[in-house]
Amino acid sequence: MILDLVSMLLIAAGLLFFVGAAVGLVRFPDFYTRMHAAGKGDTLSSLLVISGFALHEFKDFEGMDFILALKLLAICVFIMMTSPTSTHALIDAGYEDGIEPVIAPDAENVLGDPTSRQP
Amino acid sequence: MMYRAVTFSLLLAIWLVFSGIYDAFHIGLGILSCLFVTWISSDLLFDDRSLGFRARLGQAWRLGGYLAWLGWQLVLSNLHLLKLTLKPGAMAEVEPRITLYRTALKSDFEKFLLANSITLTPGTITIKILGDDFYIHSISKFAADGLDGQMERRIAAIFAPAGSGSPSPSAD
Repeated sequence: MILDLVSMLLIAAGLLFFVGAAVGLVRFPDFYTRMHAAGKGDTLSSLLVISGFALHEFKDFEGMDFILALKLLAICVFIMMTSPTSTHALIDAGYEDGIEPVIAPDAENVLGDPTSRQP
Repeated sequence: MMYRAVTFSLLLAIWLVFSGIYDAFHIGLGILSCLFVTWISSDLLFDDRSLGFRARLGQAWRLGGYLAWLGWQLVLSNLHLLKLTLKPGAMAEVEPRITLYRTALKSDFEKFLLANSITLTPGTITIKILGDDFYIHSISKFAADGLDGQMERRIAAIFAPAGSGSPSPSAD
């Protein structure tokens, strides 16, 4: 009973973060800031939803439940490793391709304008 | 020899968890294929073999603790992003910038861990790593200020030899 409640809460929180990521994807000003929304919102919300599933499967605390939870945990670890790597690959490719970043007026850009560089 | 044994037991543990069928036939298949994979690829998994088993175990344990801390940072980062996206008027706080962060970490794995951690935590993404220089895109001033040396100290502490204290990285 209480497990069901906790797992529902986890899944609902995951969905909330998914909504945040989707809205950010539309509202943020340029490619780089949108990658913030897409790359991070996905990670945490997938983790929350998956751990919600794992808790939901704990019916009678048999061995198989723990095996399933271990499998889902393995997925979580995998997502935590691959998601930032793919975010980094995409944003680096975007920079190499010369997409101009929006920089705040009083802020710095130590890397320089990508369009001014020679390939 | 010891590293081969560790590789084999890791593989077998993964097989047992993912297979989920426990009769003589399936476990026998698992042992055979794990032996084969260990034989052809046992030199891939661990780079530096000068460390003893105990030191490795300590590193793995501290890495687990670090991942738990990182999970908490991930929650904070997403709350910050959620506030930026959903709160009316918070778009004014979106002030992107690209900053330089110089690290004192040496090995490739430590740098990989730091870059991935930076990408996971509040509003920052690693764009490039050139030598010791990390070029980091931050979404707001709050996010850029979060880049102090704390994360780097934690990573250095994972791989520091036990007891001797962590080598202090460069200024925050």
